[in-house]
Amino acid sequence: MNYLKVLFNGIVKENPTFVLLLGMCPTLGTTSSALNGMSMGLATMAVLIFSNLIISLIKNLIPDMVRIPAFIVVIASLVTVLQMLIKAYAPEVDKSLGLFIPLIVVNCIILGRAEAFAAKNNPVASVLDGVGMGLGFTIALTLLGAVREILGTGHVFGVELFSENYGALVFVLAPGAFIALGYLIAVINKIRG
Amino acid sequence: MAYILIFITAIFVNNVVLSQFLGICPFLGVSKKVETASGMAAAVAFVLVIATIVTYLIQMYLLEPFSLVYLQTIAFILVIAALVQMVEIVLKKVSPSLYQALGVFLPLITTNCCILGVAIQVASGTYASPGLDHNLLTGVVYALCTALGFGLALIVFAGIREQLSRVAVPKGVQGMSIALITAGLLAMAFMGFSGVNNGLQRLFGIE
Repeated sequence: MNYLKVLFNGIVKENPTFVLLLGMCPTLGTTSSALNGMSMGLATMAVLIFSNLIISLIKNLIPDMVRIPAFIVVIASLVTVLQMLIKAYAPEVDKSLGLFIPLIVVNCIILGRAEAFAAKNNPVASVLDGVGMGLGFTIALTLLGAVREILGTGHVFGVELFSENYGALVFVLAPGAFIALGYLIAVINKIRG
Repeated sequence: MAYILIFITAIFVNNVVLSQFLGICPFLGVSKKVETASGMAAAVAFVLVIATIVTYLIQMYLLEPFSLVYLQTIAFILVIAALVQMVEIVLKKVSPSLYQALGVFLPLITTNCCILGVAIQVASGTYASPGLDHNLLTGVVYALCTALGFGLALIVFAGIREQLSRVAVPKGVQGMSIALITAGLLAMAFMGFSGVNNGLQRLFGIE
């Protein structure tokens, strides 16, 4: 197996957000700024890497019938650990992401990769798949967050590009999330051909 | 009056899909036909109310007395998964016609984030209920109204998409792209309700 191919698969060819359209709730809900989008992406990536690793290690111990509940318990435990770490070390991230941190449990990307990849491959490839998919998700969320923040407020990562008076506030609010993602998907489709 | 306020706020002002971004997957996935959309909406309403009651009782009488609140996420997702299975089995026996109607939508609900999201909101008391205490009754009213809001958004969106499938969409934005832009415009329409809750609160004299 070509490990490099596994790694890049998630970033471009099977990008979870733009191509597979998985995990839409956090994608739309947490991208009001580039920084929020990136924190959500990194949090999801951390859970994804460890869940892929653990599931590929224990895949032969789990009977096929109870596979999905077992995966969900592994993922939920990891999310709980992450939730506690974020509350302890980054309380401002906890405040801005709020409800969406425990909701990582029901993010279809994580269960989807556990089922489609980690349950069939060795630990090294599974970790790489987690890194690739996680990076793809993080890049997509950061991109969407940056587009919305620039159009809405004229700032990105604290750098002012133009005065806030010229920003279209609707892009920071709920409708802007749908519209910006819709156009981004159209652009990505055009680039991919 | 305060219950009417929860009703209006949860359905129109803070719509679960269009302003809280919960349950986007079924919103985009099963909104191609009004018929399937209404089936999904009914199934979600059914599971959401039951799940809210059960998770609230677990939070109150199991997690909090034994200071196990950190297990909330794990406990809730397992309860919801088991509950969906149980509802499926019971429905099959008690009302085969309803079971037939809901069909494939029942198992899909486990991974619908609006169920877990609302359950967490109600259990940790972070939902808006001005003038009323956070208890089981207001929690259930909130859950039911949220489910109605989900149904309204889903069915309206499905109606628009049915019309959309009959017109020529530019090639670049076909498929999910135009669906998302439509959803954006729908969300913009719902933004017109923002502030209505504050006005009503003043009108009803609720502090």
